[in-house]
Amino acid sequence: MDTFGLLAAGFAAALQWQNLIYAFIGVTLGTAVGVLPGIGPALTVALLLPVTYRLDPAGSLIMFAGIYYGGMYGGSTTSILLNTPGESASIVTALEGNKMARKGRGGPALATAAIGSFVAGLIATLAMAFVAPWLVRIAISFGPADYFALMVLAFVTVSAAFGDSALRGVTALFIGLGLGVIGIDLQTGQARLAFGIPDLLDGIEVTTLAVALFAIGETLVIAAAGNLDDEVVAVKGSIWMTLEDWKRSWPAWLRGTFIGFPIGAMPAGGAEIGTFFSYAAERRLTKHPEEFGEGAIEGVAGPEAANNASAAGTLMPLLTLGLPTTATAAIMLAGFQQFGLQPGPLLFANNASLVWALIASLLVANFMLLVLNLPLIGLWVRLLTIPKPWLYSGILLFATLGTLGANGAMSGSLGPIRFSFELMMLLGFGILGYVLRRFGYPIAPVVIGLILGPLAEQQLRRALAISQGDPSVLVHSPLAIGLYVIAAAAVLVPLYFRLRGKGEVFSQLAADED
Amino acid sequence: MTSGSNPQRRPDGAALVIALIMAGIAAIIFWQTSIMRLPVHQARVGPQVFPYAIATGLFLLALGTAVSAWRGSFPARPRENYGPVLWIVGGLLGQILLVSSLGFSLASGVLVACTAKAFGRGPMWFSFLCGAVFAFIVWFIFARGLQLSLPAGPLERLIP
Repeated sequence: MDTFGLLAAGFAAALQWQNLIYAFIGVTLGTAVGVLPGIGPALTVALLLPVTYRLDPAGSLIMFAGIYYGGMYGGSTTSILLNTPGESASIVTALEGNKMARKGRGGPALATAAIGSFVAGLIATLAMAFVAPWLVRIAISFGPADYFALMVLAFVTVSAAFGDSALRGVTALFIGLGLGVIGIDLQTGQARLAFGIPDLLDGIEVTTLAVALFAIGETLVIAAAGNLDDEVVAVKGSIWMTLEDWKRSWPAWLRGTFIGFPIGAMPAGGAEIGTFFSYAAERRLTKHPEEFGEGAIEGVAGPEAANNASAAGTLMPLLTLGLPTTATAAIMLAGFQQFGLQPGPLLFANNASLVWALIASLLVANFMLLVLNLPLIGLWVRLLTIPKPWLYSGILLFATLGTLGANGAMSGSLGPIRFSFELMMLLGFGILGYVLRRFGYPIAPVVIGLILGPLAEQQLRRALAISQGDPSVLVHSPLAIGLYVIAAAAVLVPLYFRLRGKGEVFSQLAADED
Repeated sequence: MTSGSNPQRRPDGAALVIALIMAGIAAIIFWQTSIMRLPVHQARVGPQVFPYAIATGLFLLALGTAVSAWRGSFPARPRENYGPVLWIVGGLLGQILLVSSLGFSLASGVLVACTAKAFGRGPMWFSFLCGAVFAFIVWFIFARGLQLSLPAGPLERLIP
């Protein structure tokens, strides 16, 4: 079947009424949680994963698609009205959007963000639908050595290339890789670093780690920083965009989409770079340069479109190569794994109907978000004003709920008291997340290291088993060599700029949250 | 957060401790991996290679961290008050230890009371009550509606 036929079949599945309900619940929950201050898309997806445990794979992934896009949208609402971007991808949106909101143009800012996200999501998801099968055909011919090189590239770009210190980025990655070794080695059945604790034999759950680092770590940081109350800017005046707004927005949406999608789709980390490029492009092309920094609508429209386009783009390496390049994608990979599905070229071959239902649901969710968000803006604004004590109590409550729901075995004991070992790990990793944040370590590399480390090891050992231990197999294919060259460039170029004192640019590109 | 924003450039004690911990973890990985019992017929690249590589990497990174700490090039940290952190960690510990006996709602009430206290909201009995009621509603939705297995206590058993 060609792409059109497969997509049509996907829509037939996605438009079944129960799947529509799943998508609706997904976008609503995703927006509601994503809009809360301090919660980025990665944490939104991690917190809501347990909701999907009891559904069938298709329903669960469809709800997941809604949560993903809803979380992305919610994040932009927060940064426009609150000026405390929950994630690095929204920093640029906050730059102009918050200024617009302060000038009483919060409505049009939210509208251009919502419509821009819709346009970008639509184009980027369709682009993914047409490019992905082509990429799958190439990926089928990849050998283990090529996959290993791809993963090395992802490791390098996620940890070393961006952010303000390569040392701390790589350290964060190695913490993740080290955690990934824990458990039974799949090829020999040997326990590694389990210290005789049965709970560790299955390895460390990605969701437990992500929820702990993002939710508990963040809560501790906010609590320790003292009570700084953020000011929520009320939405005044009309929420509709004027004709002038439309004229200035639509080229920015399209440019943002075409900048964001390829960057997200590349098998390398740092998806929010697209928003910075888009902002720079809008700034250069605008007819109203005096408005930039004071609330220029292009400065919201472009980056928001770029943000959503790269979010859709991120799904491409995830679905076709099984390669997560953001923390959010890493958690989605964990979501697939809970159903025994391993994303990659074989998923397209063996579970085509599932993959295409997912892609169709992304389009459906995108449409629902457009219809849902603008009329409900008053509700989202109210969520922003939840007092911090209740907000963070709620975040911790749901963090522990999700962990208990995933693995509620009371397997630990302290004297007569039985407790959940998984919750204890949640607490431990939460404290780790607090320390990492306090000392300026990025979080995303830890999560990606945990999920991608075992996959990289598997490919490495497979490659070396085929070559009977000859390590030169790793650089036999031109593809692998090319990937290593790009990886080396990704480390050396920023290093060069940093040594010349121009590190600021790269520290702005820090991939902190997702 | 720019690197080298610490104007005095004095050795950073806390960062040195991090370097030490990293070196310690590297040593533990080395030790645990070296005492693994391997099958006689084993692939040339066995289950030990990756852990050794990670331990080596961690050790080198610990050296780098130590140098960085010595030169004081860690980003400046705000002075923090640890009171709220301890309240939250205590609340989580309380929930973890109580949840199997008291059930999800009451144990989560303890968590909420401590968290609200950490953010300066009291009195604790009131936030405990709010938290327990809210957690009970959440428990009902998730345990009954979504079939998630959550620990039940005396309160949860009131509903058949």
